[in-house]
Amino acid sequence: MSFFERLTGKKSASSAKERLQLVLIHDRVDLSPAVLEALKEELLAVISRHIDIDPSSVHVELASEGRSQRLIADIPLKPAARRRAG
Amino acid sequence: MTGKVLTITSGKGGVGKTTAVANLAVALAADGKKVICIDGDIGLRNLDVVMGLENRIVYDIVDVIEGRCKTRQAMIRDKRLPELFLIPAAQTRDKNAVSPSDMIRLCDELRQDVDWILIDSPAGIERGFRNAIAPADKVLIITNPEMSAVRDADRVVGLLEAEEKSAPSLVVNRLNPAMIKRGDMLSVDDVYDLLRIDVIGIVPEDENVIVASNKGIPLALEAKSRAGQAFRNIARRLNGEQVPFLDLESQGLWNRISRLAGRR
Repeated sequence: MSFFERLTGKKSASSAKERLQLVLIHDRVDLSPAVLEALKEELLAVISRHIDIDPSSVHVELASEGRSQRLIADIPLKPAARRRAG
Repeated sequence: MTGKVLTITSGKGGVGKTTAVANLAVALAADGKKVICIDGDIGLRNLDVVMGLENRIVYDIVDVIEGRCKTRQAMIRDKRLPELFLIPAAQTRDKNAVSPSDMIRLCDELRQDVDWILIDSPAGIERGFRNAIAPADKVLIITNPEMSAVRDADRVVGLLEAEEKSAPSLVVNRLNPAMIKRGDMLSVDDVYDLLRIDVIGIVPEDENVIVASNKGIPLALEAKSRAGQAFRNIARRLNGEQVPFLDLESQGLWNRISRLAGRR
């Protein structure tokens, strides 16, 4: 087992691929993780004004399909009954 | 004749652009095609030494563009293949001496009497790269199975998309089958998953590439070389033939058998 494998528990080629997947998405859309985080905060603020959501369960992320990228926001909604009770 | 302009580029330096140009040119010319290579790396001329033609240079591309000589006079004929020519880069000139429209004009002139014009792009994404891709009908991107080479290749694909060039093809160079097998090198499939452009060639790492450049005789002329075979296959694919990819796995085995048999 190599030094790298002992340190991380995985083969270096698979970590290269994972790291590159992230780097390439950000390179392609020219969107830094910091900008993405700011965008997420604002998005949450707007949605919260209209709907009661749990900020910790919201996922906003970039995904790629072939050579095209998309921004995916996954925002679970609370059930109506609980919203009324709350 | 209406020759096709093929530009070989990579973003990152040192991944094998010049080697690829020399080998593809030799393979195409050995197949009976008339080929002109243009070294687009002004200030860092190198294709001449890889092709073994450094002693024959009189005029260069800047002399042609600035009208100090006729295009014919700057075309150096290969020592072995009479239908292969090189227009060398200028070594001492400012790299802004050539513009994208100069390259388009030069290639339109050359197109008339050759089958292929191969342009060796400099590394980077600046003027020299812009010059090299401006006249291209087809772009080949060379990369290595390595983080920074793949990342730079992706940048170049993005720039070509923005220029609305036709989709480039990919050559993955310097694959080491043993490292891939033990999980320490990205495989061709991994690189394809990341870049998502058509793969036109896979070339194994081969120390004979250095030997060949020492001698100034491109590997594609050596029947036994694996890397040479890989470049000959790419040349055939460029001419529209269907050629299966090399089985890189078998290389290790073949080397072992060869060594056992005392052939290496």
